[in-house]
Amino acid sequence: MAKTHKVSFKLNGKPVEAAVEARELLIYTLRERLGHTGPHIGCETTHCGACTVDLDGMSVKSCTVLTVQCEGADMTTIEGMEQGGTLHALQQAFHEEHGLQCGYCTPGMITRAYRLLKENPNPSEQDIRKGIAGNLCRCTGYQNIVKAVQSAAKKLAAAR
Amino acid sequence: MAETAELKEREQKLQGMGTSLLRKEDARFIRGQGTYIDDIKMPGMLFGAIVRSPYAHARIKGIDKAKALACPGVVAVLTAADLKPVKLDWMPTVGGDVQAVLAGEKVHFQYQEVAMVLATDRAAAYDGAALVEVDYEELPAIVDPKKALLKDAPVLREDIVDKKDLTHGPRTHPNHIFTWEAGNKAAADAAFKGAEVTVREEILNPRVHPCPLETCGCVASFNKATGYLTLYVTTQIPHLFRTVLAMLSGIPESKIRVVGGDIGGGFGNKVPIYPGYVVATVASIVTGVPVKWIESRIDNISTTGFARDYHCVGELAADRDGRIKGLRFTALADHGAFNSHVSATKLPAGLFSICTGSYAIPNTYCRVDAVFTNKAPGGVAYRCSLRVTEAIYLIERMMDVLAQKVGVDKAEIRRRNFVKAEQFPYTTGFGWTLDSGNYHAALDKVLKAVDYEGLRREQAAKRADPKSPTLMGIGISTFTEIVGAGPTKVCDILGVGLFDSCEIRVHPTGGVIARLGTMTQGQGHSTTYAQIIATELGLPASDIVVEEGDTDKAPYGAGTWGSRSTPVSGAATAVAARKIKDKAKKIAAHLLEVAEGDLEWEIDRFKVKGNPSQFKTMKELCLVSHTGNLPAGMEQGLNAVAYYDPPNLTFPFGAYLCVLDIDKFTGEAKVRRFYALDDCGTRINPMIIDGQIHGGLTEAFAVAMGQQIPFDENGNHLGNSLMDYFLPTAVETPAWETDHTVTPCPHHPLGAKGVAESPHVGGIPCFSNAVIDAFSHLGVTHMDMPHSAYRVWQKCNALGLNKR
Amino acid sequence: MIPREFEYHAPRSLPDAIGLLKQLGEDAKLLAGGHSLLPMMKLRFAQPAHLIDLGKIAELRGISQAGNEIRIGAMTTEHDLLGSRLLAEKAPLLVEGAGWIADPQVRYKGTIGGDISHGDPGNDHPALMIALDASFVLTGPKGERVVKADGYFLGLYSTQLAADEILTQIRIPVPAAGSGWSYQKLKRKTGDFATAATAVLLQMKGRSVARASIALTNAGPTALRAREAEASLAGKEINDASLNEAARLAMKICDPAPDQRGDAQYKRAMCGEMTRRALQAAHARAKG
Repeated sequence: MAKTHKVSFKLNGKPVEAAVEARELLIYTLRERLGHTGPHIGCETTHCGACTVDLDGMSVKSCTVLTVQCEGADMTTIEGMEQGGTLHALQQAFHEEHGLQCGYCTPGMITRAYRLLKENPNPSEQDIRKGIAGNLCRCTGYQNIVKAVQSAAKKLAAAR
Repeated sequence: MAETAELKEREQKLQGMGTSLLRKEDARFIRGQGTYIDDIKMPGMLFGAIVRSPYAHARIKGIDKAKALACPGVVAVLTAADLKPVKLDWMPTVGGDVQAVLAGEKVHFQYQEVAMVLATDRAAAYDGAALVEVDYEELPAIVDPKKALLKDAPVLREDIVDKKDLTHGPRTHPNHIFTWEAGNKAAADAAFKGAEVTVREEILNPRVHPCPLETCGCVASFNKATGYLTLYVTTQIPHLFRTVLAMLSGIPESKIRVVGGDIGGGFGNKVPIYPGYVVATVASIVTGVPVKWIESRIDNISTTGFARDYHCVGELAADRDGRIKGLRFTALADHGAFNSHVSATKLPAGLFSICTGSYAIPNTYCRVDAVFTNKAPGGVAYRCSLRVTEAIYLIERMMDVLAQKVGVDKAEIRRRNFVKAEQFPYTTGFGWTLDSGNYHAALDKVLKAVDYEGLRREQAAKRADPKSPTLMGIGISTFTEIVGAGPTKVCDILGVGLFDSCEIRVHPTGGVIARLGTMTQGQGHSTTYAQIIATELGLPASDIVVEEGDTDKAPYGAGTWGSRSTPVSGAATAVAARKIKDKAKKIAAHLLEVAEGDLEWEIDRFKVKGNPSQFKTMKELCLVSHTGNLPAGMEQGLNAVAYYDPPNLTFPFGAYLCVLDIDKFTGEAKVRRFYALDDCGTRINPMIIDGQIHGGLTEAFAVAMGQQIPFDENGNHLGNSLMDYFLPTAVETPAWETDHTVTPCPHHPLGAKGVAESPHVGGIPCFSNAVIDAFSHLGVTHMDMPHSAYRVWQKCNALGLNKR
Repeated sequence: MIPREFEYHAPRSLPDAIGLLKQLGEDAKLLAGGHSLLPMMKLRFAQPAHLIDLGKIAELRGISQAGNEIRIGAMTTEHDLLGSRLLAEKAPLLVEGAGWIADPQVRYKGTIGGDISHGDPGNDHPALMIALDASFVLTGPKGERVVKADGYFLGLYSTQLAADEILTQIRIPVPAAGSGWSYQKLKRKTGDFATAATAVLLQMKGRSVARASIALTNAGPTALRAREAEASLAGKEINDASLNEAARLAMKICDPAPDQRGDAQYKRAMCGEMTRRALQAAHARAKG
């Protein structure tokens, strides 16, 4: 039996704990142990971005992080975007601009866009396209995703 | 005035057909609360990992499970020997062939399934799979389909070597599957003999893969006590899957439940019944606990239903003005190791004979020869409407080839050959009756929007400038699609017709639940079908719930593929709704004490003609229908189910134009503009249509500009992960301009045709035509896809365009 | 998708890390950003028995200037490089190059030290380091040594780093004021490794080249310094003739491995093209 490590971190504002083997990837801990099936698996070569979470202020592909590396981390997933029953501006914008179809890339995409808008609150279309280059989508052709991010950026700026 | 405003308000409340209603399904997806296959956990569930062959062609000398079985967490290792007693080591395919579920004596393609390791958790299953030892004896592989029918070619399918016929006609060689032809060869040959101009081109449609973001998988759960099998699975065809499972397993169909939940993209990749599903099912039957199998991305690209691999020869005969007098299209089809792709019984090459496209072409002949090779099985997939991508690619490429030969503009040559608006419905030489269309209007609208003449002038100027670092290409594609499979008289799968269904129940307080036999994988069915019912019944879409995918609940249907949902289930929805409306009208007449003929329908109510203050809203009638206050002899309720057998397929069409600039020194092509006009008849939700166009064009862009499944000469994959398989990011993907015309379908209750595959079918030749057009002034008539920078550069280099 | 079992160590100091590395030897691999190593482990192409995570060693991060030298901790992420005002001002070539590595998420975790140490000819930093005339501080049980980037890369996955050493710091001499720079990377799509890429640092004196540094990515088993191409430009103007010659000489030393990005002929030609474009872009930026 391989050694297990006890790892504690904050997930969407709440403290969580998991006992994991060193080799357990964060995506599996989130999905299988902690019941957060929002982030998805779309590949095994770190290309697709469907597993993207927000970790200590960074957009990170949770399929390429070991859970043991996350001791003390502050983590947000798609499940943490809605606060007190109110959707995040990005979630609302994706809905209004039809920025999703099958929904599989959506959690990773929104989570990445969340950090993107913190890095750059007023991104150009090119900035957005480059900013989501780590998130693949097969359904939308990205056009409405870009519109959604632009719309959310405007709303967030107005609210400030 | 007030009257019109009131009518408008009532109409808007419905959010019915024609509105860009925001999607009802979004609520769970934007919160990460979809239920995709890998989200499903069941008590006691085992995890299955598949052991796969490293060789494309080899004999299996032996399988040693000992080390794997000794691995902690591993519960069992299943091989063909374990499936043989239940006769499931092989399974019949819908193409009249058989397919190995787990390889027994031979493997026929690299990554083919050889064993499944069952373990208590995912990691243990992978560990176990790495420990299964298989002894292979490698055999020479056939990778090039042109070599499959050579006299001394190795025999691939020893298991069917004595079968002279796989239900599609006589086999001429052990590696031959079928030869299918249509049209009139003698007439076509005569037309070519007497023609002023003929053109011939060898055109490849390379093997590609739909690669939805979610891979395939299932959770199989067999209850030993009740004998009931539940299969949660990534499937586009829940009911057909259930029927086939019943045939395969011997479990009565009434005790099988197939559930398609939320699916992360299908694009045809989730139509086939894969060995992984069958082994997981057997594993659950044997162990009595649920078994989950989820494939990896590399597994997905390497083994699940690929698309195309059509090696074509296109020939057109014409007069010197470019008016086509004859057509001969043939294709060598590489089906991989088993003939397993979705196949309508009498149409082994799908709808390839739509290859006359948007044109009135006499004297037509086409033939497809299909062969086995040492590659994964498949061929029909990827937004292709059953080989329609192959057919339309061929005709749209050949139109450009002909245009160049006779020196006629590429838009003009299309105009000269189009089926004219007044000729509809038009029956092609191959027997398809195109339902409606106005091809001239569509093309003219596009050319005007982009200032086509201006673009050609710009191109001419650039060509005259030797210093121009780029080549400018203009690609046109005027395509006609064939979707909405289909009439039972035309096609069936294993004898089961491709009708579809809608069952509607209306609640006393006015809400509605509708269940259908189609299966969304992101196309917005919950919203679109609700809009149809909203308009038909005058009840708000917000109060209409749509369900699909659970075979225990949904009426029988053939699922969602080939853009068939709107044409078939959309029609069934209208028919069912109208049955309810007819009944409601009778109740209204009874309540208002008038004859039915005295009533007229207005948005959400029945009004007495000439006495508008006398009316009954549908909402009121919902409640009344559940009471005793009904016409004599009438049953309670407002419910209906309709099974719709379409009288014909539907024929959406479009005109696309692409402008791109090719860097002579690197071969990179940059899309400057892409204008897409689509005509799908009646447009139910314009926002959803546009979304489908964006997505289909993006997939077309990927196919045309970079996708391929390459092999070395031993059948080893050379690029089967997302490192190499080209899925464009937001940076590469062009911006899309969409436009439309509306030519309703005359035989569809709503006039709607379906649209989601059009952008893929029409987009691929548009990109390809643009790239080749960039070189056409130098005598280039054709270049095979993918038009990667590398391949395009090779052309630039060969023509000396990159000399400084 | 799931790596083989291994033991995980997260030392909190550099001496602890070095001690562990010495103790565990061949069975251990260093974990930096993990975005080269973990993907290999997930496919089971790499199966180390031990991982030594350098992520908790604070002294390995940071960007500073000491005299005329920029010093970058090996565990500094690509994202940190991109956000550094110091680098933007003093070594913009590095910023431009880092921006072409992978995608935003990978750049948040990928480190400059990891990218250099991996020894993958497809990685971008080696050529950037050579062009910038950088040096690497290698720390082992016997202490530190400083090795020049030019000559550090030996072959596929092979560098001068000894088995018991850790790359701890990158030192870059601040390029002369008015230097032009460019990293031109041809790729099949954003995030891909280079089909071919060239890093150029250019110092002009009037209209003539005073000094040129040219280094090539993915044109051979390691990043390559195009010495002959550099020499051909000394004292010359940047024009078609000198560009053609420099490109020709860069192509001469290429030995690219054919793959799905292209065959050797294409890659070699692209090496020439990227070299040309990098020189042109660097020239446009240079103020001599």
